[in-house]
Amino acid sequence: MEQLMNFFTENYDMITIVILSIFLGIEVIGRVPSVLHTPLMSGANAIHGVVIIGAIIIMGQAESDDYVALILGFLAVILGTLNVVGGFVVTDRMLEMFKKKPSNK
Amino acid sequence: MNYTDLIEKNILLLCYLIGSITFIVGLKMLSHPESARKGNLVAAAGMIIAIFATIFLYKDDSGARLGNYVWIFGGLIIGSIVGTMIAKKVQMTAMPQMVSLFNGMGGACAAIISIVDFKHLMHLGTISEEPLMLLVILAGLVIGTVSFFGSMIAFGKLDGKINDKFLPGQQIINIGLLVLIAVLIVAIMAGWFASPVVLFYVLLVVSALYGVLFVMPIGGADMPVVISLLNSFTGVAAAFGGFLYDNPVMLTGGILVGSAGTILTMLMCSAMNRSLTNVIVGALGGNKTGGGATEGTDQPIREINVSDTAVLMAYSKNVIIVPGYGLAVAQAQHICNELEKTLEEKGVEVKYAIHPVAGRMPGHMNVLLAEADVPYDKLLEMEEINPEFATTDVVLVLGANDVVNPAAKTDKNSPIYGMPILDVEMAKHVIVNKRSMKPGYAGIENQLFYEPKTSMLFGDAKKVLGELVTELKSM
Repeated sequence: MEQLMNFFTENYDMITIVILSIFLGIEVIGRVPSVLHTPLMSGANAIHGVVIIGAIIIMGQAESDDYVALILGFLAVILGTLNVVGGFVVTDRMLEMFKKKPSNK
Repeated sequence: MNYTDLIEKNILLLCYLIGSITFIVGLKMLSHPESARKGNLVAAAGMIIAIFATIFLYKDDSGARLGNYVWIFGGLIIGSIVGTMIAKKVQMTAMPQMVSLFNGMGGACAAIISIVDFKHLMHLGTISEEPLMLLVILAGLVIGTVSFFGSMIAFGKLDGKINDKFLPGQQIINIGLLVLIAVLIVAIMAGWFASPVVLFYVLLVVSALYGVLFVMPIGGADMPVVISLLNSFTGVAAAFGGFLYDNPVMLTGGILVGSAGTILTMLMCSAMNRSLTNVIVGALGGNKTGGGATEGTDQPIREINVSDTAVLMAYSKNVIIVPGYGLAVAQAQHICNELEKTLEEKGVEVKYAIHPVAGRMPGHMNVLLAEADVPYDKLLEMEEINPEFATTDVVLVLGANDVVNPAAKTDKNSPIYGMPILDVEMAKHVIVNKRSMKPGYAGIENQLFYEPKTSMLFGDAKKVLGELVTELKSM
């Protein structure tokens, strides 16, 4: 119990951020037209690519003789970048289609 | 901490704050058609700022900067080139599997972070002193791994490389695996074994297995829901990473996607009038007991040829086109647009009726038609267009099936009962273009095809529409 209470007081800020972010996510998505479900999912997909930051940190902290950590970190950076870059580019391509064109003819 | 360090730390935190704000604003803008594209770019800009701030300004608790710049930039460059190439090359019809693929990459990234951190913790030997850290690592490992393997299966299924498989007792196996995951986590946390390393890798394998088996039996039509769910999983995994590194931008970004993704998943489910449990347990996936409409197979159908269709359409006041996945598969969106223009030149009013789950993903059909230059305001959503069917002369159903199946309204035994559908049967004439009489994705018969006012126009959508346009132009 004491451990739990300590955890709560120590991480109060983070817990607040988490809870507010949950509500924010719900609020932001709330009334999206179904037309945009796919691009929105794709955009959200790109945003969780923020995990790349963790990958960069483990890569940057790997000892230069620890090949396992280096290779894993390198792999993580590549995968994270794929998530970010691929995600944003795919979303952009989808949304490019939505731009209003003058009703021709 | 000296003054320069303080400045750097502040710049880094400021960059993270900017990142978090752009994610929120970006998501908000993404949910409105006019601002969506900009929203995506805003979020991307925030991401770039956060990434570069981390590379150059991040310091660990002892004040050491990140090293291995060659590796970091190498990875970034390789990932960027490959990612851009894949994303640019892919066909518009294959977009859903791309989202799944990239989602899987993020999941794998989160899992690797957990593995490296676990090794680090073992190396330091402080594993028992940091129970919370360990729990976060384990949770990140499980969720990231499930997300990666699940996404890869979803990718394979949507790409047609993997078929639906349903093991006997699948649900029991899945629940068993979940219990096993929980037990393993408890075992590692409680230190039941001297060395948790083996258990850690067992946990990795079991999570991978669960990811595979979780997605395997789910029917292709439900795949978007699953991808959306896995998407929010990866978000949560990223947030765990944020906990590990006390990193606010990972935390907000991850949680934001986690909660937004969950809501999006629910919205998709409600568009199909299904509950999430229903999708996951897979009432449609495994047992295709086709409901009452199946006995209709020997009823007569009326066929119509291209020139009769052309005449019928040319002399109508208004036509509504109902596009489905068949249109996407046949890559017929451009010729469909041409048909629309040809008809309009003849004074026929043309609209598109888009069911929320038309195609393979909500909004997929809109993307496809927009690619073919169909004006955005001609695409009407189900609620808008349904009252108009009664005053419509001709409805042309192009490769859609389940979304126009009246059994959803009338047949309580039908697996799709309760799903809102397009009321095409209210129109004066219904012309259905299909390649054959094969049932749609849900595997159920469609009573609409046997209605007296329905005519079947068999053939590949692209070919048939091409002939139709030629015919109309020569009239």
